[in-house]
Amino acid sequence: MKAPLSWIKEYVDLPADLGIEEITDRLTALGLKLEAIETSGAGIEGPLVVGQVLTAEKEPQKNGKTINWCTVDVGDANGTGEPQGIVCGAHNFKPGDKVVVILPGGVLPGNFQISARKTYGHMSAGMICSARELGLGEEADGIIVLPADAPAPGTDAREVLGLGEEIIEFEINPDRAYALSMRGIARDAALGFDVPFHDPAQVDYPVADGSGYPVRLEDDGCDHFVTRVITGFDPAAPTPEFIVKRLEATGVRSISLAVDVSNYVMMELGQPTHCYDRAKLSGDIVVRRANEGEKITTLDDVVRVLSEEDLLITDDSGPIGIAGVMGGASTEISESTTDIVVEAAHFDPTTVFRSQKRHKLPSEASKRFERGVDPLLPPAAAQRVVELLVEHGGGQAAGVSEVGPGASLETREPFRTITIPVDLPARIIGLDIDEATVVKSLELIGARVAVSGDSLTATIPTYRVDLTDPYDLVEEVARIVGYDKVPSVLPRRATGGGLTRAQQLRRRIGRALAGAGLVEVVDFPFVGDADFTALGLPSDDVRRRTVKLANPLSSEEPGYTTTLLPGLLKVAARNISRGQDGVSLFETATVAFPVDQAAPIYGVDRRPTEQEMEKLLAAIPRQPLHLGVVLAGERTRGGWWGAAEAASWSDAIDVVRRLGAELGVPVEVGSASRAPWHPGRCAVVSVDGVEFGHAGELHPNVCKAFGLPARSAAVEIDLDFLISRVPATAAGPVFSTMPVAKEDVALTVSVDVTVAAVEAALREGAGELLETVRLFDVYEGDQVGEGKKSLAFALRFRAPDRTLKAEETAAAREAAVAKAAELTGATQR
Amino acid sequence: MSGPNTDYDPVEVTPLKAEEVEAARDAALKAIDAATSLEELKQTRLDHAGDRSPLALANREIGALPPAARKEAGQRVGKARGAVNQALAARQKVLEAEHEARMLVEETVDVTLPTDRHPSGGRHPLTTGAEYIADIFVAMGWEVAEGPLIEAEWLNFDALNLGPDHPARTMQDTFWTEPAENHVVLRTHTSPVQARTMLTREAPIYVVCPGRVFRTDEYDATHSPMFHQVEGLAIDEGISMANLKGTLDHFATQMFGEGIVTRFRPSYFPFTEPSAEVDLTCFVCRGAQVVDGVTCRTCKGEGWIEWGGCGIVNPRVLVACGVDPEKYSGFAFGMGIDRTLMFRTGLSDLRTLFEGDVRLTTAFGSEL
Ligand SMILES: [Zn+2]
Repeated sequence: MKAPLSWIKEYVDLPADLGIEEITDRLTALGLKLEAIETSGAGIEGPLVVGQVLTAEKEPQKNGKTINWCTVDVGDANGTGEPQGIVCGAHNFKPGDKVVVILPGGVLPGNFQISARKTYGHMSAGMICSARELGLGEEADGIIVLPADAPAPGTDAREVLGLGEEIIEFEINPDRAYALSMRGIARDAALGFDVPFHDPAQVDYPVADGSGYPVRLEDDGCDHFVTRVITGFDPAAPTPEFIVKRLEATGVRSISLAVDVSNYVMMELGQPTHCYDRAKLSGDIVVRRANEGEKITTLDDVVRVLSEEDLLITDDSGPIGIAGVMGGASTEISESTTDIVVEAAHFDPTTVFRSQKRHKLPSEASKRFERGVDPLLPPAAAQRVVELLVEHGGGQAAGVSEVGPGASLETREPFRTITIPVDLPARIIGLDIDEATVVKSLELIGARVAVSGDSLTATIPTYRVDLTDPYDLVEEVARIVGYDKVPSVLPRRATGGGLTRAQQLRRRIGRALAGAGLVEVVDFPFVGDADFTALGLPSDDVRRRTVKLANPLSSEEPGYTTTLLPGLLKVAARNISRGQDGVSLFETATVAFPVDQAAPIYGVDRRPTEQEMEKLLAAIPRQPLHLGVVLAGERTRGGWWGAAEAASWSDAIDVVRRLGAELGVPVEVGSASRAPWHPGRCAVVSVDGVEFGHAGELHPNVCKAFGLPARSAAVEIDLDFLISRVPATAAGPVFSTMPVAKEDVALTVSVDVTVAAVEAALREGAGELLETVRLFDVYEGDQVGEGKKSLAFALRFRAPDRTLKAEETAAAREAAVAKAAELTGATQR
Repeated sequence: MSGPNTDYDPVEVTPLKAEEVEAARDAALKAIDAATSLEELKQTRLDHAGDRSPLALANREIGALPPAARKEAGQRVGKARGAVNQALAARQKVLEAEHEARMLVEETVDVTLPTDRHPSGGRHPLTTGAEYIADIFVAMGWEVAEGPLIEAEWLNFDALNLGPDHPARTMQDTFWTEPAENHVVLRTHTSPVQARTMLTREAPIYVVCPGRVFRTDEYDATHSPMFHQVEGLAIDEGISMANLKGTLDHFATQMFGEGIVTRFRPSYFPFTEPSAEVDLTCFVCRGAQVVDGVTCRTCKGEGWIEWGGCGIVNPRVLVACGVDPEKYSGFAFGMGIDRTLMFRTGLSDLRTLFEGDVRLTTAFGSEL
């Protein structure tokens, strides 16, 4: 919201010595936040004067342009009193016109230095200015031609142009609808400095007698509608300069007198109005809801199909406006309009808001109506429009009609009252605020206040449609007393239990992974079919069923991901393409699986019941926390110690095993076949037989699809599950300090027997004396024969209470080997 | 005649002559001294203290002496052998020390060689940043609350006093899920976590909620469709704006250092009433507005930086979430973690946080 300071000052007696910064500081403190202060004509320096063109000779140039070689009377401003010779490229003037001249030595906005210079064969001493060159507007159809009664040549042109006007731009919060007007801003300025306010809405207007244009309200979306009629209006009358300038300052372009006046009054009071060409109206104006499919051509010449929810202004011809949003083209004021019907009405905010959204037609009018306009304003606003139109466009006011419950004291809504405990502001603000201060603050906003015992009742002025709740009054008191007065006091000590176990474990997992050389990344969860195809997921893979976004940023990625891998693989490829020889990445984030249930929308006047909560929560997609890991390219660096080692399937599986060890959860590893992994190099990981993810080498096609080095490896596990399996307390280990007995065994088995199976058999057979078993060599080749492999295990035996005898160790070893033979067909080499 | 020669004169037996013994001892000591390596010393030991060394031979002769002469001869030889053995041991020690010292010199390496066989990992600054913030509150006895990123519309909006036609609801450009009639959205703020907390816990409540949120912003240097917020909620008897200010001042000081405080300006949020914008003392110029005589670039010479929004929890929200507004009041605040992090670290492009370049994370180590 832009507001010229001079306009605000018309309605409030601000002390003359108050600087603009003091004013904006106070208003910001009151909640009207300063965005910027602009000064019109900023950047103009030196002699800018009124000139009168004496001669103008057209001189065609070789480049096809025609210039004017002018002599201009600039009075004594050039020091000589002689006419000034100036070359001008514009043609919208003639000798005798008064113009704006900047003389040599002057500066125009953008630090454009003016000097006498040779151009087009003449010595041009200065410049005849356009509005754009002065920084006053974008139009550059030609130079500024001043009215004939402008001051004499040589007079400083700044005042003539109204330069130096200070314009304040405010950021107005949605609740402060009243501040979308000079009236509202002036009112806050008045209370801010405790000085008198002169309400521009306090105007005398004729009593409605039905002599205006007839109106019927058939829908309670409109509770107040005023029409005024003007006859004999001069459609050619120009908009007075002060209105053009003020509208320009507020960012509104001048169109025609009728439109400009309507906009001017909206800026002045905050009440939008509309002007119809009376000759184009037929029959009574009727306010009603649209019929489904009804159409209107709006002022912007767009045909709009209406919804049953749209509130319309209609006449016998059909819709002539969408209430509070935009008028229709068929009844628009034109250059031949002599009789005008002025509309000033009050519409339901929600109705206007929905229509504006539906038709994508946000406007200055809808912005005000949807936030709430003072319901008593229509007659005053209509009066202001009529006054200004008659004053500047001729004609006469010829009739007033006012209908709707808002039109009379008997039927309109009573003033809203809010009752609060007198000490509520003090308690909620946390500041000692006495009763007198509370009362005074509320009176400053225009409320009538009655105190009765410990409570206080405020009667709210109609311009404050935002004040409905007790705490709204607290905010009013707070902003008037000043937010800067709020003391800084820590609340009484909270007694929380610290981080939850899961929160601690998640931190621990992150640290463990980082400690293992993995780098965490944060990525977006958006995903598309192309990603799943690149992963090689079968068409019926559950991961292809995503929660779909209705309005994705990219149509390529319309889903919320079910797997962290596509994002991670892309990030890995990005790092490789940026020159990394290898990357080890991890991400922990939730993924989502749809549940296909609708979440209810409840009221807010009470807490939902437990059953209602259950229903609500059941409709939210399942969102487990996943861990994704990708290991691509070098896992260790090469150097003087030897060559780099590439990441492999085993590194990926080791990530999960280590995590299990870190958390005290025994992780089992089995072979699996699942996209996007290499079918022969994919492990499924589980705890107590419950699978919670996969790890291994990526399928070669996946590496290719994502541009990753061959044999890149990846992990994806359900971290919530793993965390849920972490024991609440770790059992302390019992270990023996007796001497250890070491035995190695070499077993030959069929190549398809897994190490895990042999190891399990050895454990089972060896019994309790076995402390550890560890595979230390695998051999396949001639010596073990086709289809076989040799596995070498180191066994360590120890008894809790004694030194083992050689016979005991040997017996245990033999038992282990025998079990391996029985369960896996192993033979001892 | 046979029998012991009782006339035998011990002085007459050559190897046991005093000067012979001393000569053998001196020769041995000289050789020991001359040995320059452990190998040489080994040979010297054989030559002068071995079985066939002169002193060993002399020792063997002692038994052949008449008893009267044995003692003296024994003492003489024993003394000489003792001196030799002592010298050997001493020399052995010296040579061993020399050998060790030489070995250590020979084993010297260039310790400036690279040692980075295993590349370093690291946690993302957004993670450690959120933990840093959470810890400030946990230290005050608060707890960390969490909730899902895909959320019920009612919890994301309605329960927070953002009705279907609330203008503020459209200001937040929401990602809606299909079908729209399922009323499920990507949460636009972490506030639904506050609603969940109130719905599931009894007051008093002191929770902080860091987390990811989504808005349909195009991705550029200062906007992202996904970003991170931290919100706080306190519900207790007698909670006031002063408590809010106290908490945020403490937070600011812990986060940015002594002398950094907050300032409130009136604002509007449906969730709170009264509402305030929170500004933070510019931690670059520390409120001075200039740095080295030049207008501070971080705060553009304001001395303050916009930090977030806050206020007293609107009693309508308390009602919808089952908290008795007659008994309890509360405050809430929220700010962007990404933005706070960019302040702290001087990062200028938000996208740096989300593109996954390992050089970002490794630059921060595992803490902020
Ligand atoms: Zn600064």
